[in-house]
Amino acid sequence: MKHIISLLMENESGALSRVAGLFSARAYNIESLTVAPTEDATLSRMTIVTSGSEDVIEQIIKQLNKLVDVVKVLDLNDGRYIERELMLVKVKATGPFREEMKRMSDIFRGRIIDVADGSYTIELTGSGSKLDAFLEALDKAAILETVRTGASGIGRGDRILKI
Amino acid sequence: MDDRTPQISGAEILIRCLQEENVKFVFGYPGGAVLNIYDEIFKQNHFKHVLVRHEQAAVHAADAYSRATGEVGVALVTSGPGATNAVTGIATAYMDSIPMVIISGQVPTPAIGMDAFQEVDMVGITRPCVKHNFLVKDVKDVASTIKKAFYIAASGRPGPVVVDIPKDVTALTAVFDYPKSVEMRSYTPVIKGHSGQIKKAVKLMLEAKRPMVYTGGGVVLGDASEMLVKLVRELGFPITNTLMGLGGYPATDKQFLGMLGMHGTYEANMAMQECDVLVAIGARFDDRVIGNPQHFFNKNRTIIHIDVDPSSISKRVKVDVPIVGHVQSVLAEINELLQADTKRPEAASLKTWWEQIEAWRSRKCLTYAKSTEVIKPQYVVEKLWEVTKGDAFITSDVGQHQMWAAQYYKFDKPRRWINSGGLGTMGVGLPYAMGAQLAHPEAQVACITGEASIQMCIQELSTCKQFHLPVKVVNLNNRYMGMVRQWQEFFYGNRYSESYMDALPDFVKLAEAYGHVGMKIEKPSDVEAALKEAFSPALKERMVFMDFITDQTENVFPMVPNGKGLSEMILAEEL
Repeated sequence: MKHIISLLMENESGALSRVAGLFSARAYNIESLTVAPTEDATLSRMTIVTSGSEDVIEQIIKQLNKLVDVVKVLDLNDGRYIERELMLVKVKATGPFREEMKRMSDIFRGRIIDVADGSYTIELTGSGSKLDAFLEALDKAAILETVRTGASGIGRGDRILKI
Repeated sequence: MDDRTPQISGAEILIRCLQEENVKFVFGYPGGAVLNIYDEIFKQNHFKHVLVRHEQAAVHAADAYSRATGEVGVALVTSGPGATNAVTGIATAYMDSIPMVIISGQVPTPAIGMDAFQEVDMVGITRPCVKHNFLVKDVKDVASTIKKAFYIAASGRPGPVVVDIPKDVTALTAVFDYPKSVEMRSYTPVIKGHSGQIKKAVKLMLEAKRPMVYTGGGVVLGDASEMLVKLVRELGFPITNTLMGLGGYPATDKQFLGMLGMHGTYEANMAMQECDVLVAIGARFDDRVIGNPQHFFNKNRTIIHIDVDPSSISKRVKVDVPIVGHVQSVLAEINELLQADTKRPEAASLKTWWEQIEAWRSRKCLTYAKSTEVIKPQYVVEKLWEVTKGDAFITSDVGQHQMWAAQYYKFDKPRRWINSGGLGTMGVGLPYAMGAQLAHPEAQVACITGEASIQMCIQELSTCKQFHLPVKVVNLNNRYMGMVRQWQEFFYGNRYSESYMDALPDFVKLAEAYGHVGMKIEKPSDVEAALKEAFSPALKERMVFMDFITDQTENVFPMVPNGKGLSEMILAEEL
């Protein structure tokens, strides 16, 4: 099953590679990984999307906690959470595509952030599955380029990951 | 501190840090990137530097020093090849959770990333085989980093910590101020076990009808042997030790069932499989210990698992009562609860269980065919045990001889058995013996090895000469990589692919060339006399290399074939 794991770690060089190295060394799946400093510059926040049986997820959490640079780990799937991912899609905007792409972007509440003679760049935010749905809804021939940030997650209401 | 506080070089700061940590030995090898450090070593007399002949041996020897004393082992190597040579030693220590600090030189900060001479990304290379590592980029951070390194290495589940120091950092100066303590928000190892879980565990132990205690290296490393003995004797439970746990419980005690696992005893493996309450302490259910987890599974068995590392719990085997904590602290709490409780396990059930165990024991799985023609390797180990009165520090390399040492040398005390259990590193035996001998200069130290393993770090005969280390090498020479040969015999249709050790040196002459005493023993009747001579007062100060020419085709039994369960052993008489 897919899990979203959030963690706070010391904002030190090499900390990211410790996490990435752990996943490859122990053959854990990694669907996406995002990392950036928090409001406290000494800390980075990472969101990892992974999948595995409950046993594997339990081991992943334990192994992450074991890393000396990791301060706190939270499995967002243990409670209610919000997941968001940003995607930029460059699509063909010629002939019939020009109208069609605008319409699709509106339906998915995307925004066209760059307009060129032959293409649009659409910005879309949402859960990973919404972004997947958007790509599926588009005519494959229209997609020129896509870039996704990977998911960021945060607990709902009182679920706060902070030290 | 004011402006008049003297500034000293990074190299001197490092030396002062080691002094503050009360380091007695540094095992190392000099080179360009660590010249400033070696210059400061020259000027001090707080610790002794042990010059090895290869960096791998420096790390192994420091590792063994730690295993034999409980202190943090310290090794010092130069950048590039010095650092990479150390990696096998670091990985070995990591797999067995040995507290160590390895200091590696690095090219000067401005040269990092420039493919400089003798540059290697040591922090990157060692990341997967250290507990933690540091690159010190500022001379002001040397002291605090070394403090952290020692703290991380020795606390929680211990392990090696690498500190990589660029050459310019050892030359620049700063004020020396060694921190009194360390606090790290990201690293807070658990010591005390959850008291509710401990109560639950005690209740289960007291209700057990077929109890079994299984302990590993955690008991030895956690110095919890005394508490373990108290607990096991109080309850009258049977106990087994893993390869790493030997000595944690006295092997000559009647409650001890021997080692378990792939080459464990019949009684220990059967009791593991058939017990109703299993108490695992400082052990990790690894593949060589319980075999295939599916075959090990038994729904009628409840497992209590005490370990300092939460990630060791329910990794390969689901447990019912996990207790995360330092084994010493948890065992102390269990013993206290038992003292306050008048209840004891039902005597009748325990008696029936012991009768079953004695029936398994009566299979005498560790017997071997005696011979007057050819030296049986097991016989040499038995005699070694007798001659040293079971009181030596024994190191081993990896393979058949390691298993025979574990099976036939009965360790009654912890920290006496020093071997590479997790990584299985051939070549550790001789440097391990050096570390153990330096830690205990007056003790008898023997290295049980084979003619294949010993050649992997044979250059250390020179170090033994320089430091007058009277190690006794027991070379069980069967002219084969014995364990490889055994697997090829059992599982590869007797195709002995590349497992024959051809063109062996004359070990007697080799030992003599290094200034040691060499002996070649070819007849079973000479074994005891040779050992007695080697350990006699006349040779107390000398290193002795005993080359025992042993039975070429002897195999290690019992054996649980790879992927099988503990009750699926092959016994010697079944073949």
